[in-house]
Amino acid sequence: MHIKRRHFLVATTGAAGALLVGWLAMPPRQRLLGAHPLPTARGQTALNGWVKVGTDDSVTVMMSQAEMGQGAHTGLAMLLAEEMDAAWESVRLEQAPLDRIYNNQAAIVDAMFAADAPGVLVRAERRVARRILREIPDLSGTGGSSSITDQWLPLREAGAAARALLLAAAAQQWQVAVAECRTAAGRVLHPSGRSARYGELVPLAGRLPLPRHVPLKHGAQFRLIGQPLLRLDNAAKIDGSAQYAIDALPPDLLYASLVMCPSVGGRAAHFDASRALQLAGVRKVVKLDPVAGGFGGAGTTAGAVAAIATTPFQAMRALEVVRIEWDHGPAAAGLSSDKLLGELRHALDTHAGHTRLQHGDVDAALRAAPRTLRAEYRVPFLAHAPMEPLNATVQFRDGSATVWAATQAPGAARAAVARVLGIPAQRVQIHVPFLGGGFGRRYLTDCLQQAAALARETGGAPLQLLWPREQDIAHDYFRPAFLARCEAGLDATGRLLAWKMTTAGSSLGAPSFADMASDGAANTAYAFPNARVAHQGVESAVPVGIWRSVSHSYNAFFVECFIDEAAAAAGQDPVRFRAGLLADNARYLRVLERVAQLSEWATAPAAAADGARCARGIAVHGAFGSIVGQVAEVSVTADGQIRVHRVVCVIDCGLAVNPNLIRQQIEGAVAFGLSAVLHGEITLENGQVRQSNFHDYVPLRMFECPQIVTEIIQGADTPGGIGECGTPPIAPAVANAVFALTGQRLRSLPLKLT
Amino acid sequence: MTTLRVNDQQREVSAAPETPLLWVLRAELRLTGTKYGCGRALCGACTVHLDGQAIRSCVTPLAAVGARAVTTIEGLGGEPAQSLRRCWTELDVVQCGYCQSGQLMAACALLAANPHPSDADIDAAMSGNICRCGTYPRIRAAIRLAAARLAAHKS
Repeated sequence: MHIKRRHFLVATTGAAGALLVGWLAMPPRQRLLGAHPLPTARGQTALNGWVKVGTDDSVTVMMSQAEMGQGAHTGLAMLLAEEMDAAWESVRLEQAPLDRIYNNQAAIVDAMFAADAPGVLVRAERRVARRILREIPDLSGTGGSSSITDQWLPLREAGAAARALLLAAAAQQWQVAVAECRTAAGRVLHPSGRSARYGELVPLAGRLPLPRHVPLKHGAQFRLIGQPLLRLDNAAKIDGSAQYAIDALPPDLLYASLVMCPSVGGRAAHFDASRALQLAGVRKVVKLDPVAGGFGGAGTTAGAVAAIATTPFQAMRALEVVRIEWDHGPAAAGLSSDKLLGELRHALDTHAGHTRLQHGDVDAALRAAPRTLRAEYRVPFLAHAPMEPLNATVQFRDGSATVWAATQAPGAARAAVARVLGIPAQRVQIHVPFLGGGFGRRYLTDCLQQAAALARETGGAPLQLLWPREQDIAHDYFRPAFLARCEAGLDATGRLLAWKMTTAGSSLGAPSFADMASDGAANTAYAFPNARVAHQGVESAVPVGIWRSVSHSYNAFFVECFIDEAAAAAGQDPVRFRAGLLADNARYLRVLERVAQLSEWATAPAAAADGARCARGIAVHGAFGSIVGQVAEVSVTADGQIRVHRVVCVIDCGLAVNPNLIRQQIEGAVAFGLSAVLHGEITLENGQVRQSNFHDYVPLRMFECPQIVTEIIQGADTPGGIGECGTPPIAPAVANAVFALTGQRLRSLPLKLT
Repeated sequence: MTTLRVNDQQREVSAAPETPLLWVLRAELRLTGTKYGCGRALCGACTVHLDGQAIRSCVTPLAAVGARAVTTIEGLGGEPAQSLRRCWTELDVVQCGYCQSGQLMAACALLAANPHPSDADIDAAMSGNICRCGTYPRIRAAIRLAAARLAAHKS
């Protein structure tokens, strides 16, 4: 069984809440209505909780999901426009208010149960969980590659319902049967030649009763879904007009900068701001307490000193002359990433870990196997480092707050601000503009809580807190460092008999997420006759969080590299060896075989442009309902630098809503993963993070970025997630290519040749 | 007060002379298309043009600008810029978009100086601009396409 949570204890980001039973007494809540009345402009009519139509024919789709680069806004709008037969050019987007209909059920349910878990019981539990989740307020969120999967039905139903109302309005106006009318590109049409624009019909349509049942289109009827439509946000993002949280500059804005205690868990003891307060524009210098910012309240953002000034530069410069005495706190003493690695090793020396997958008798199989191999793999802490550093703007006036926040969880963000300011959540209005990257960091509310605390100090003026990049990198909630010990047993013919993998690392704080640590390892697609996958949670004071693809980011590295080791030990080709273990899994097998074919796996790669020899490595990994195979072509320079020239990707993401956006996400996920493969590493010494900016926390730059080829396989009739699944396979694909090229097994990220 | 020439307009600004141009543009002139990314000329999000040259506004003090013409993404026009923007849209380059102002400023300066850049030229000119979303392959393709179109247009 792959049940991740047997109990419906739902811990949400920030608003850690538990809701148990009692739900059966509640009426079922449709995801169509709610958010009523939607705010409407002149001439607009809301036809349900997801769409408004204007007399100018504009179709405004309500967006509860953050647009952080992943293209969700474009993809989501396509779902509604498809069923509504809206003219694509007439589609506008607007931020949805907070309402239960926008609760992200898919993200939370997927965090509780493995996406591909089999069995009637799991399916029933998923259904029950979804039913509970639609009753809890403020569970909107953008993460877990779930925007499209969560709103696949509600947005299409909303579009179809809106269309039904417009058809009914036309039929009533023309005194004809509804069945005689049809819709196309924002009009209702009748065989008599009569035709009306949606904008003409909407005043009447808005007064008609919502239809009880509306049919949805069949795949063959789709006109928009499946098309490589261009992004709706292109224009604003190439002329500088796109608005991010950092661009919220309400009148009379004051700016704040801050410096946090460099030690994990530390705080400011005393400070002397007398010099800073003499500088032009400096209004105040204040102490900020540590903030519980992580999942379920776990993880702490260090205490800080913040300066408030008339301009951002004045606020930053003020801090340079504030004398601060830090209270480094008990947690930091002797804390280092090397020491933590020792603790992970000790945990695996002394604990068997909690079983996440068990088949057969793995220990007996290992003892009996004529050939065994063992290896230890590890990955470091990683920062998210989105291009837009953390920031938030808060105005607190007359007991109400207005917030501009780049957040992946607006409900949790609103609750956090309300808590800090001691006001009801209903008195917090939250604007979510474009996010300048998120990658999981913007699920957390620490910066927002600090900004809310500072907004008390301005006498009602709005305040923008911006973390300098140095603070953004050093005070992240990091992708946890992880260690894996792997063992495999082969028979005399090279058949894999036993597979054993135990990991150690943070279980990401909250107990309800503990099982996430084995995502991508326990729910493996490989048919191992005897297997055990286990995880031992090892917590430390270092703040940790979710990072694009979460546990898949390291488990894919462990599994897909060690499988490659097993293939080499068996003397078999890595593709054929995997295929043998995937014989019963047609979806995976198809991805594996297609990526091998597309990458010309069977032939030797050409030399690199500098004449260096190239080799290929492969990895296949499923995550968030999609499967990605990648083949990386790699060379090594004379001075030992790994160069990745080409990455061939094949993705089966079920139904491909927008092939263009899918390719874009795969390319982006590969580049994001390559930063971690080639460079990324956060280290701590004496309780302090050693990296501070892009010179020592090095992201991939253009000269290192390979050519990326992506092919999409249409694998099912519902969509899978696409925002994260491209990241996990790149590390093992590159590491396996380095082995093929050099014979060196690199078992630690970032990859460094010795 | 300091007089700046920004996007073909004379602007009076009150910021202290040591203030980085970035913050003058963003906070005082409300030209928010130019972005803060690192504050140390490491990421290129703050790239603007001074007399057509791409510079990092986060480390350029107001006092160093002098009479030179400042161009930001809001004022970026002319043939290479128009062609680049069209190619950026056709190839769907942007993702989160935060770095893209800087990317376009850098790409435009490149094409102005070198209308026929090789892939190595593109990499060399653009590697100072970080994109965490990984739009690099599409940026490369868009610059190549824009260069080819501009060349075809001239011939």
